[in-house]
Amino acid sequence: MKSSVITFPGSNCDRDMDVALKKFGFNNKMVWHDNNELPKSDLVVLPGGFSYGDYLRCGSMASKSRIMQSVINFAKSGGLVMGICNGFQILVETGLVPGVLLRNKYLEFICKNVFVKLDNKENTYFKNLNKDVLEFHIAHNEGNYFCTKDQLKEIKDNNQIAIYYCNKEGKIEDQYNPNGSIKNIAGIFNKEKNVLGMMPHPERMIDQSLSGEDGSIFFKNLINNIK
Amino acid sequence: MEVNEQIAIDHGLKSDEYKKICQLLKRTPNITELGIFSAMWNEHCSYKSSRLHLKKLPTKGKKVIQGPGENAGVIDIEDGDAIVFKIESHNHPSFIEPYQGAATGVGGIMRDVFTMGARPIANLNSIHFGSPQHKKTKNLLRGVVHGIGGYGNCMGVPTIAGQTSFDSSYNGNILVNAMTLGLVKKNKIFYSKAAGLNKPVIYVGSKTGRDGIHGASMASASFDEKIEEKKPTVQVGDPFTEKLLLEACLELMAGDSIIAIQDMGAAGLTSSSIEMASKGNLGIEIDLNKVPCRETKMTPYEIMLSESQERMLIVLENGKEDIAKKIFDKWNLDFAVIGKTTNSKNIELFFNQEQVAKIPVNILVENSPMYDRKWKKSKLPKKNKIKNEVLNKLKIKDVLKKILSNQNICSKEWIWQQYDHTVMGDTIQKPGGDSGVVRVHGTNKAVAASVDSSAVYCWAHPLTGGKQVVAESWRNLISVGATPIAITNCLNFGSPEKEDNMGEFVECVQGIGEASKYLNFPVVSGNVSFYNQTKEVGIKPTPSIGGVGLIKDYKKMISMDLKEVDNLVLIIGKTEGHIDQSLFTRTILDEKNGPPPEVNLFNEKNNGETILNLIGKGFVKSAHDISLGGLLVAISKMCIKGDKGIKINKSKNLMNEIEYFFSEDQGRYLIEINKEDLKEVAKILDKNSVYYEEFGIITKNDIIINEKTKLTIDELKSYYTSWLTKYMS
Repeated sequence: MKSSVITFPGSNCDRDMDVALKKFGFNNKMVWHDNNELPKSDLVVLPGGFSYGDYLRCGSMASKSRIMQSVINFAKSGGLVMGICNGFQILVETGLVPGVLLRNKYLEFICKNVFVKLDNKENTYFKNLNKDVLEFHIAHNEGNYFCTKDQLKEIKDNNQIAIYYCNKEGKIEDQYNPNGSIKNIAGIFNKEKNVLGMMPHPERMIDQSLSGEDGSIFFKNLINNIK
Repeated sequence: MEVNEQIAIDHGLKSDEYKKICQLLKRTPNITELGIFSAMWNEHCSYKSSRLHLKKLPTKGKKVIQGPGENAGVIDIEDGDAIVFKIESHNHPSFIEPYQGAATGVGGIMRDVFTMGARPIANLNSIHFGSPQHKKTKNLLRGVVHGIGGYGNCMGVPTIAGQTSFDSSYNGNILVNAMTLGLVKKNKIFYSKAAGLNKPVIYVGSKTGRDGIHGASMASASFDEKIEEKKPTVQVGDPFTEKLLLEACLELMAGDSIIAIQDMGAAGLTSSSIEMASKGNLGIEIDLNKVPCRETKMTPYEIMLSESQERMLIVLENGKEDIAKKIFDKWNLDFAVIGKTTNSKNIELFFNQEQVAKIPVNILVENSPMYDRKWKKSKLPKKNKIKNEVLNKLKIKDVLKKILSNQNICSKEWIWQQYDHTVMGDTIQKPGGDSGVVRVHGTNKAVAASVDSSAVYCWAHPLTGGKQVVAESWRNLISVGATPIAITNCLNFGSPEKEDNMGEFVECVQGIGEASKYLNFPVVSGNVSFYNQTKEVGIKPTPSIGGVGLIKDYKKMISMDLKEVDNLVLIIGKTEGHIDQSLFTRTILDEKNGPPPEVNLFNEKNNGETILNLIGKGFVKSAHDISLGGLLVAISKMCIKGDKGIKINKSKNLMNEIEYFFSEDQGRYLIEINKEDLKEVAKILDKNSVYYEEFGIITKNDIIINEKTKLTIDELKSYYTSWLTKYMS
């Protein structure tokens, strides 16, 4: 299976994602933001980091990068595009997924493990996963997902909510919401479910010695679903 | 502008230093030249008060590839790999403007490390604030933490450990010390020594602006009420540009274009160009019109003294300009050939086709002032006579509660949760342990690092305090199963012009030297920060020691959380009941005098090495060194982290319970072992003459002492975790 990770100026989880994808069997290529062409890919990943320093709005500059036109076309033709953290922020800026990501409610960067509840397994990302709650890791300053009432209704009606922040047992409550996201939303799909944006970093949970191993479960399942 | 003595004094130079300059030059310097002298001869850059004493530190060892004198120290971690590391202060700027001061401190130290060709793999910090009740403390703490996070997080380098303390002596002068570790191949280390004639001198990175002019001079002065006026001397950080600069430099370093490279840190273009020329015994010629400037009409004086961040100076091989330019263009960074190396041994600056400065390099460097300042020896204070009746009135539970929630003991999670500590995917021990640990990417090895300071001990008796900090750093590395290799030091002191403060410096350095020599734990890099004082009052002497060690098989790393019920906990090292200068005596009894605990280097070395031996044999399930707060605080942390309890039976010796549980005797650890292994472990300990005691048996929950005192783990947790969050909300 072929994957591509886009490196923007200021990306800093691109190597981590490369390591994770290769570990679980992807033939991964790193793609420079200034390229026009996307290599043939089964999966395109927009990694975490601080593209363009996050100096304007997070992700907004990167969303206008040269490579992004190819990524958008790829997504619109049904290709799998996953945005993690800053990658999620970029996706939101391109309009591939609805909503915006605001600054965390307590105005502080948060780096810690969180639990997320899967809401929809009818998609390539989560199909066949035998768990409903995964332990992931977050590290962000602007992960507070927000959308209008109408948008919220629409994404609910279309089953576009991918994951919610919750506790170990899968309870979705305010106290388990690390950043103030509306309805505890941690990740969402586009309407067609081929584009996934989420704040948590599965690539930091791929080894017993790291923060945990639920990222391994996610990637193993993903490559099997793509095959 | 005509230069005279008054102008020189306004630049922070002393009258006799100005006379020396005129003598050496055989003329009066012009204003640009005076600026250069003031930047090179201030305390921060010239180490004029400290050099004499720093020379005495042990800096060599089998594992040392590069000791002090370069951008950072380098140690060998086998298999062709090396670790580049250094700690540096950014105290004065952080007090004036906490966010930018702290951020640029982190940026500066990372630049020191990647200048040598190493990719930064871990950041640490040691930060010290005034009393929590002081009106400025909260905002300074918030600003500093945001600044450290803002820069490190954006760079994508994990912040894996740190230290935070509060003490009223920092009310008017906080400390922010930042440390970085980088990984490099032994045969790809870059140095700052220029070589060869007519080699192009290249400027890369951000443009030069008017920020930070005279930053290094500001860092060499005491604070007074006009400190707010110094805000413009604080540099402004841009971590995004630094991330690009890092990637571009590493890309260029992969080839063979670079002869020498030096980052523009304190005193900017001045110190970087002079450093390179001086080390190469060459001259350097710079056309200042070619320096990329952010602002218009910048004068030669401003260009030379700007401390704009994220800039590098490189001496390239001839003909490699195009290759280099292409890389910097790719990363959207400025690139300019601004000069060349010469055989004149002068630094020569040109502006609008005119020569605006010409100074022999050796005058600036070798002839820089060096002082043998007067200093006062400290006496070991007399022991306090604390009566048993006073101690017997206290309940262990109440004391523990107060100490666990004390600002200098309690959990600092509120701080480190704001630092990305997991990026790069190799952090295997997060902040909150004895040391932070990161794997050496793609190998079975891991590197442990810790940063420590004990200002209270250093203040009570500088010689003992200096030794103690090194010993504590050593213990923190041992506790995670790492073999200690070397240290870096950041020496934060008051004014060297005061005999008391200078004495503290001299004796702390002596203590550091003695311990690092005995433990074979050499000093490979460091920095001195003097004039940490407000008006007449200096801070408590605060040397910060950053220790680095190697774990050959990362799967054998040890952490402090208790692992299994029914396992046994042993105390390694003897508890003597020394409570003077302990957190207990200082906070509960409010007794601030007395000597710090004695440091026995033989025991430190012997106990530490024996524990490493036990870890190597797989006997140790968890470990923690016993330091600030004493025995009961140490075991409480192990219980909280492991979510387990312990049944303690204090041996029936004559020592008072309070002294036993809260004394801060050195050289001690707690280790967890299997019951069945006790015989074997005891044999090894006995054979090495290591004193030990059986302390207790691990239980599911609650700490129970002598069957009468009981504390639940939830209680302990709430004492331990709530203070800082409450304070900051």
